[in-house]
Amino acid sequence: MTAFLLRRTAQTVVTLFVMSVIVFVGIFMVGNPIDILIDPAATPLERQQTIEAFGLDRPVWHQYWTFLTGALSGDLGNSFLYNQPALDLILARLPATLELAMAALLIAIVFGIPLGILAGLKPKSPLSRTIMSFSILGFSLPTFWIGLIMIMVFSVFLGWLPASGRGETVDVLGVPISLFTLDGLSHLLLPALNLALFKISLVIRLTRAGVLECMRMDYVRFARAKGISEARIVSVHVLKNTLIPLITVLGIELGSLIAFAVVTETIFAWPGMGKLIIDAIAVLDRPVILAYLLITVVMFSVINLVVDILYSLVDPRVRLEDQAE
Amino acid sequence: MSDRTAIDDGDFAHATAPPRSPSRELLAELLRDKLAVIGLIIVATLTVLAFLAPLIAPQDPYDLGQIDFMDSRLSPGAQNTSGLTFWLGTDDQGRDLLSAILYGLRTSIEVGVTSAVIALVIGASVGLISAYAGGRTDALLMRIVDMQLSFPAILIALILLAILGRGVDKIIIALVVTQWAYYARTVRGSALVERRRAYVDAARCQALPKSRIMFGHILPNCMPPLIVVVTMRVAYAIMLEATLSFLGIGLPVTEPSLGLLIANGYTYMLSGDYWISVFPGVALVLLIVGINLVGDCLRDLLNPRLRR
Repeated sequence: MTAFLLRRTAQTVVTLFVMSVIVFVGIFMVGNPIDILIDPAATPLERQQTIEAFGLDRPVWHQYWTFLTGALSGDLGNSFLYNQPALDLILARLPATLELAMAALLIAIVFGIPLGILAGLKPKSPLSRTIMSFSILGFSLPTFWIGLIMIMVFSVFLGWLPASGRGETVDVLGVPISLFTLDGLSHLLLPALNLALFKISLVIRLTRAGVLECMRMDYVRFARAKGISEARIVSVHVLKNTLIPLITVLGIELGSLIAFAVVTETIFAWPGMGKLIIDAIAVLDRPVILAYLLITVVMFSVINLVVDILYSLVDPRVRLEDQAE
Repeated sequence: MSDRTAIDDGDFAHATAPPRSPSRELLAELLRDKLAVIGLIIVATLTVLAFLAPLIAPQDPYDLGQIDFMDSRLSPGAQNTSGLTFWLGTDDQGRDLLSAILYGLRTSIEVGVTSAVIALVIGASVGLISAYAGGRTDALLMRIVDMQLSFPAILIALILLAILGRGVDKIIIALVVTQWAYYARTVRGSALVERRRAYVDAARCQALPKSRIMFGHILPNCMPPLIVVVTMRVAYAIMLEATLSFLGIGLPVTEPSLGLLIANGYTYMLSGDYWISVFPGVALVLLIVGINLVGDCLRDLLNPRLRR
């Protein structure tokens, strides 16, 4: 176990290093952020001073070295645009993004698993066919477009829910959470549902496939022969075995939800990291882009690690050492 | 690792056996499925319309001489002073939305298909080499594939576009980089099974060159699962391109795809001018639903576990 953890940590560090070099050199080659940031009317002297202040006059390896030594002591540099520490900017917006992603994941589970079981138990029934057609639709509707339609229907025409922003928040252990106020929930509902749609379809399909496969297994036939009620067979024998692959997928999907939150946050003006990174890309705000990527890579690695450990816990046949090979 | 990353395309990863019927019979079977036929009709119609756009569109939406700013944000069905009817309304610059959608569809299809074909060529080669060479080469290539697949496509695309900037060629590069790994994994899975078959031994005994065995003998037999992945991935590529363009980091304004049209209308949505965003979105959704309907049916047809 310890060897496994060490190996995974080392892998993460290598990924972080490679990614930071690629992004750093890449952005260095595309263009000078100064051209975008500075007022065109600035005097050459002012321009020179700004370049020097950001350290952009030094060779790229030197800039990278400065970044690396800073990063190791927890300083990822100041944003060119906001002139605040990039890490603080990202961390301040992290809770909003995580809240959105978690809410979407919850919606996907609550709707997806029951519908998937229904569709898996009677694959030929009209209800199952309807559910599967909806899941194709869920896969095909672009998140950003369905978000616009949701705003149009629920905010503009019906006026039921607010179209943008985050509602009232309550601090829980110093982290602002909007789950506990009515205003916060009403702001969260549309974006979370929007982000969840794609995943609901995915969960439905996976659950259905799992149930279909499990129902054919000998242990189900044996349970039936023993006279166990159908409800118990489904809820205990089938569901348990279906959930194993689902846990892994949902873990991975949490990462993808965090990344895809970029789209939903843009549409619903949700004050998360996604909006920040899109703005940062537009003006080549290198420290913010790097900080965002480093945070996301670390988050993904942690999620992957937790998923692998969980997987080995729920399915004793899987051994962690084997996976690390 | 490969188990979990195999999920979204994984249902047919086992479809390695060559189809018992040639491609013509597959087509016949496909045409027996109602949903697939609907999908085929939608995709064919939209593709034909999109490529005939210069001939059939009421106006050239990018010829400034034909656009009158006075016509901006007209509702669907409105006529302008010179008698031109805008069946789907106009956008904020006075462009006929129907024409803009037809031209946008063309861009979306071109970008989606081009990137899928390039990714297919790269991915299939990597997958074949990986399966055929085995050992260290295989381990290294699959480690790269696994690492890439553990990051969501949109994140990789964001990073690349941040580095590359905007443009048709750049978005194609970004889409290729996000897609090739799926093809590599699919082909490797099938090729691993195929290379142990007798016909490969026979080809080896004839001392045929390795490349010919890989591409001439093994690859054609990996086709069934690959066809399914290609259809699904083209749909995904079109959707991803639209998303990136919507976010303003994909295609430039001079080459508007459907995503950009939708983004243009976004500002006017809250004031009730719904059509600028809604109609390009409907076109996009129809295209993607059509492709997915065909892909879904192909998946069932080519999956030996579900064959009747």
